[in-house]
Amino acid sequence: MALALTARRAGPVPAPLRAKRRRDRLTVLAFLAPWLIGLSVFFIYPLVMTLYYSFTRFDLVTAPHWIGLRNYEFFLTKDPKVWQAVRNTAWLVVILVPARMIFGLGVSMVLTTVRRGGGLFRTLFYLPALAPPVAATLAFVFMFNPETGPVNVGLAKIGIQGPLWFNDPAWAKPALVLLGLWGIGDLMIIFLASLLDVPKDQYEAAALDGVRPWQRFRYITFPNIRPVLTFGAVTGVIAALQYFTEASVAATVASGKANVGEGIGTTLGYPDGSTLTYPQWLFVKGFSDYALGYASALAVLLFAVSVIFTVILLRKAQAFTPTEESLR
Amino acid sequence: MKRQRFFATLGAGLALATVAACTGSSTAAPSVPPSPTAKVTGTVEFWHFFTGREEAAIKTAVADFHTKYPDITVNVHGGQDDEKMLKAIAAGQPIDLALSSTTDRAGKFCQSGAFKDLKGYIDRDKLDLTQFPDAVLAYTQFNGVRCTLPMLSDVYGLYYNKAMLAAAGVNEPPKTLGELTALAKKLTVLNPDGSIKVAGFVPLMGWYENAPAHFAPSYGSKWLNADATSAIGGDPTWQEMAKWQKDLVDYYGVDKLTKFTSGLGQEFSADNAFEKGKVAMVIDGEYRSAFVTAEAPTLPYATAPFPTGDNHTDLYGGGYITGNIMGIGKGSTNPEAAWLLMKYLTTDTDAMVKLANSIKNVPTTKAALSSPKLEADANYTTFLKIFADPHSSTTPASPTGSQYQDTMADFFTKWQTGKVSDLQAALNDVDKQINDALALATGP
Repeated sequence: MALALTARRAGPVPAPLRAKRRRDRLTVLAFLAPWLIGLSVFFIYPLVMTLYYSFTRFDLVTAPHWIGLRNYEFFLTKDPKVWQAVRNTAWLVVILVPARMIFGLGVSMVLTTVRRGGGLFRTLFYLPALAPPVAATLAFVFMFNPETGPVNVGLAKIGIQGPLWFNDPAWAKPALVLLGLWGIGDLMIIFLASLLDVPKDQYEAAALDGVRPWQRFRYITFPNIRPVLTFGAVTGVIAALQYFTEASVAATVASGKANVGEGIGTTLGYPDGSTLTYPQWLFVKGFSDYALGYASALAVLLFAVSVIFTVILLRKAQAFTPTEESLR
Repeated sequence: MKRQRFFATLGAGLALATVAACTGSSTAAPSVPPSPTAKVTGTVEFWHFFTGREEAAIKTAVADFHTKYPDITVNVHGGQDDEKMLKAIAAGQPIDLALSSTTDRAGKFCQSGAFKDLKGYIDRDKLDLTQFPDAVLAYTQFNGVRCTLPMLSDVYGLYYNKAMLAAAGVNEPPKTLGELTALAKKLTVLNPDGSIKVAGFVPLMGWYENAPAHFAPSYGSKWLNADATSAIGGDPTWQEMAKWQKDLVDYYGVDKLTKFTSGLGQEFSADNAFEKGKVAMVIDGEYRSAFVTAEAPTLPYATAPFPTGDNHTDLYGGGYITGNIMGIGKGSTNPEAAWLLMKYLTTDTDAMVKLANSIKNVPTTKAALSSPKLEADANYTTFLKIFADPHSSTTPASPTGSQYQDTMADFFTKWQTGKVSDLQAALNDVDKQINDALALATGP
């Protein structure tokens, strides 16, 4: 093989063949051009610029001024609020993502066993996913209003004093998790499709062998749907790292105030910074305080963390494809 | 090899684009425009933040301008906040005239060059700056660079429900915060389960217009030193304010207050708690009277200067002042026409009075303040007096915008929920955070 390659390299390539190869390459490049242009303009260029800005002081209007690692130093040592945002985002990754996956999987598994009216239940569970996040969050904040919301009114009728939900730093994030569970339709539908795709003969063989339900899940269902679970975990973690809209709307509505005097940084995170997420803080620094250099440093770190999480999850889960070993 | 060459070319292109982008912008030098030799004509792109009822008033003012200068057409873009305006200016969009709702960003606008330095225009046209009150002049410039002019202001004072006070046998509004505390307790009504039905005064910082900036004039509290570093930790009046506020929060209980406020309507809605009679006294701006007229015309209310700290009774009569500021965008393509419109909206007495009458903001020129055309009932007159009072003050401009106020607001959030054990240490930490942010924004 090596000899053949050497011989091929050494021998002169006829001119018509060279021209054909060039044409072929240009044709391929022409077909790839839209993607290459999109990748360069909308991903690589912004990424390079963000990396550059992260080493500068930049306020959008004046030219960036190189300050070396000072933005990163500020992140590590002088910005206490960013660490609150990091903790909140980590909490969402650790609690919200698994909660949504477990709940979504549970609902899907129940739906696979429904004999009649499965279509109706599938529709009912999927419908919340169609609600715009802003509208859904608004509705949730009003439903969970501690004083007038139907949830606490209902709890009071059975003798339970409901918490302050979105107005209590201890309950605001759990309330956001409930909102996430309510909108489980997107995960539910792909889990359901994956569950329905598990070969029935494997279940039949297991039934003949007399396996218990847990063993059936552990040795048949789980290996078969693992690629989809991995997909759900990766996209869920990335979404949690970028969690913004629901937390912003909840904070703004629950605080009951407009932004007067102070910047938006005092409303985002209400109450007491408990719903302040990392992307929100990035937004505040970039577009409320106009510290674009520092915001770029935050964006670079977020990107790095997202990549690391994705790589770890993919490696742990052996990518999206089930292997012989995983199905064994 | 070819692949390597392709990626090398792509990399070089990106690097070139990066360098080009990094060197493309620079700080705009102050411009000194010559006198226009020809009649000023053309189009002005005017961006402002007003919406709804208030936007209609702006459009009327602009229509009046067009009647006066028919050769100038104004395209009005309402509902544009500072963030959108700054992004548009940075992107090179030709915003000729921009109106910001807050003085907090004057430092940013002037220092960054987002708004043009107006000195050339002011000198050339011999614009008399003494027509503006001193406090207003202070918040429209930064470090000697005047890049904005004031167009109407907001003044803060006390709104109180006359019927509730009368029912408690009180006919005069409180003048000190000690009196306000006593009255608030007297006016508070509890439900049988102990929850709050009607609050005399809600002291929670962050609720409606309760902000450190709005209470600061009651104590004469100092925000920043001349070099924009924090003066908070070294000013004992901040501790006085914090203790007064916490005492009243503790009287109600922070959980009870939070539950109560969560059930109240949004601030800028017809369900506003003061308009609904759920709160007897609030701190608010002069604009509230226009909302009351529109949304709760039968509400028996009156206004007064906000009470002062018990040891600062000499400050009574003053209050917090802020306002709208107007500047010519860095990339303006018709700055002469923009300057004409700016002068009209900020210095023409009739135009300003007409706007003030519609929006119920306080005019920002002395002539407009004393104009007989200014419709001023007793409640509105209170704010005109506060505006003219020498003890009124505003928040200083800083290169970090409103960050120092945000930091203080964060402190109060922790303080009022009992998470601060050492007040002085916490205020020193506020100083450190503000100074660190300043160093990042302006350091070498």
